[in-house]
Amino acid sequence: MKPVTGQKTLLSVRHLSVGYESEGKLLPAVEDVHFDLREGEVLGLVGESGCGKTTLMLSLLRLLPVAGRITRGEVRFGGQDLLDLSETEMSQVRWRDIAMIFQGAMNALNPVLPVEQQISEAIRRHDASVSAAQATRRVEELLEMVGITANRKDQYPFQFSGGMRQRVMIAMALACRPQVLIADEPTTALDVMIQAQILELLLELRERLGLAVILVTHDLGVVAEICDTVLVMYGGMTAEYSDVDRVYNHAVHPYTQNLLKAFPDLSQPNARLISIPGYPPRLDALPSGCRFSPRCPAAFERCHQETPGLYTVEEGHTARCFLVEGKV
Amino acid sequence: MKRLTYLLRRLQWALLSILFVITLNFFLFRVLPGDPARAGIRDPRLTAQAQQAIRERFGLDKPVINCFETLNPLKLGKCGVNPLETQFFIYVGNLLRGELGTSYHTNRPVSSMLGEALLNTVLLVGAAQVFSIVFGIILGLVAAWKSHTAVDFTALTASLVAWSLPTFWLGIVLLFAGSTWLGLPVVGKLTPGMAYPHWGAKAADLGRHLILPTLTFTIVVLGEYMLVMRSTVLDVLSEDYILTAKAKGLSTFQILKDHALRNALLPMVTIVALNLGFTVAGAIQIETVFSWPGLGLAIFDAVGRRDYPMLQGAFLLIAVSVITANLIADLLYSYLDPRIQAGQS
Repeated sequence: MKPVTGQKTLLSVRHLSVGYESEGKLLPAVEDVHFDLREGEVLGLVGESGCGKTTLMLSLLRLLPVAGRITRGEVRFGGQDLLDLSETEMSQVRWRDIAMIFQGAMNALNPVLPVEQQISEAIRRHDASVSAAQATRRVEELLEMVGITANRKDQYPFQFSGGMRQRVMIAMALACRPQVLIADEPTTALDVMIQAQILELLLELRERLGLAVILVTHDLGVVAEICDTVLVMYGGMTAEYSDVDRVYNHAVHPYTQNLLKAFPDLSQPNARLISIPGYPPRLDALPSGCRFSPRCPAAFERCHQETPGLYTVEEGHTARCFLVEGKV
Repeated sequence: MKRLTYLLRRLQWALLSILFVITLNFFLFRVLPGDPARAGIRDPRLTAQAQQAIRERFGLDKPVINCFETLNPLKLGKCGVNPLETQFFIYVGNLLRGELGTSYHTNRPVSSMLGEALLNTVLLVGAAQVFSIVFGIILGLVAAWKSHTAVDFTALTASLVAWSLPTFWLGIVLLFAGSTWLGLPVVGKLTPGMAYPHWGAKAADLGRHLILPTLTFTIVVLGEYMLVMRSTVLDVLSEDYILTAKAKGLSTFQILKDHALRNALLPMVTIVALNLGFTVAGAIQIETVFSWPGLGLAIFDAVGRRDYPMLQGAFLLIAVSVITANLIADLLYSYLDPRIQAGQS
């Protein structure tokens, strides 16, 4: 059974919109996204490549590339809007409150520094009272916690395998005991066995440390297995957002329904896999009306002209689709 | 232990290269036409005996190597000669004793002439390199961090201009400006005929003579270093580990110092090392413009006088400098990049 998540909301995102400046224009990458993250919750963020998942995550920490702009919305954390903080204040929130691990960890670690230094610099940056010796002890503790023997702390990233490197990255992310951990496709570059180990490790740590996790992935199997809630994104917008059970069994958005059909279901091995025809929209050539309308099997006249709002299906289940409108 | 093996292997290659250079260098000057009796001292009235005496004095009467009397013109000789009586082994033997032969032009030992010249060049090149390395790295780092701002644009333009200026032209302009408006000396290392009350006054005079050539050299090399540093840092800043460093909440200074600089220094080390080796000789233009009595000027003069022993010695010195600089770069690399030491690429 999934552990019961606390009721306290840690992170609350409202109307968040992000764009990239390109040749004098602002291309919308994320538009009007809402979600809440409670203590101990695992939120799965799914969607095709280029749908704005990573952009959304980077904007939470305000780490967007130079061309990125947060145009609207709020990111409430601990009673304040992170978007209002000064750069210095924001740098204190990073890692201490919200840490992030990246795709593949291959290049996320600095190749010329021993792992101890890379972990301890984060510890000492956020707590100046920690002595060098204390930081070393903490690094050893962290490494042991993720299943790496402490005496490997002086080694360099290239001396670790891919899976081990991701473990180092996780140890690093936990260095300052954050409340929220953003894991952006943490297992993409790893083989299946290692993927399972890393996910198990994340779950175990979540339970032990009461960590809230946002897991960015395009693996629906993983989502079904470990997430409490799911946010499905399409073309920079929320398609559907609810708890994992409702998204898997009572999906209302045609995109979610098709996405689920495109994924193998082991209980029905004879069911055909269905692919969604067409491609996700490009930021500089967004369709009019609903962004999914050109590929949507259920699209009608209105879908091509108006953008649907975010409608509530029932308490804790929202979808951006005209089919849902008025069903409350 | 690994580090020691690596060091020994590098050292071994460096020594092999030097041996190769010594051999090549020796035969190069034996293949070139002319000897001091015919070309070095252009006096048609010289008797055959006198010519022979000069050849004997420089050891040119001995066979070049077994079976070859001379290489230009090619003249075969006896093959049973004691190898130690041939020019090649006499040359190598002299080298081992630190002797580089006698200059055709001044009749002084080449080693002492080169020693003085090298010292002067190192003074000039050393100061200029230190300035340009330090300022090049700092400017490049700042320009990359502030990329696409006015700071970056200014530094970039200035560096491109500095790098593109012809060295001799910049030298002449600075020489004119410095001597006219600042009253700086224009020629040589010390003011001729000056009597110095104490060593401090001599050092001050030397310093004044050094300003213009050092400035010229610095401007030329600084531009290159800044441009390379800027583009390397830009590459490094787009790496994922820089994003990690930012996500960790590190300050800009920490990110630049601990993450960007260390990684960006790798290509810089190569360029600086190559430059250092070559600039021992590469100061030819500047030394000629400012009549600075360094290695470059010595080579320039020796070419004009067909002073083969001098050139041979200078070439060897340059080759050894380049090889040494590369060796140092290799060792620095193994320190800066742990992947190299472990034998990975």
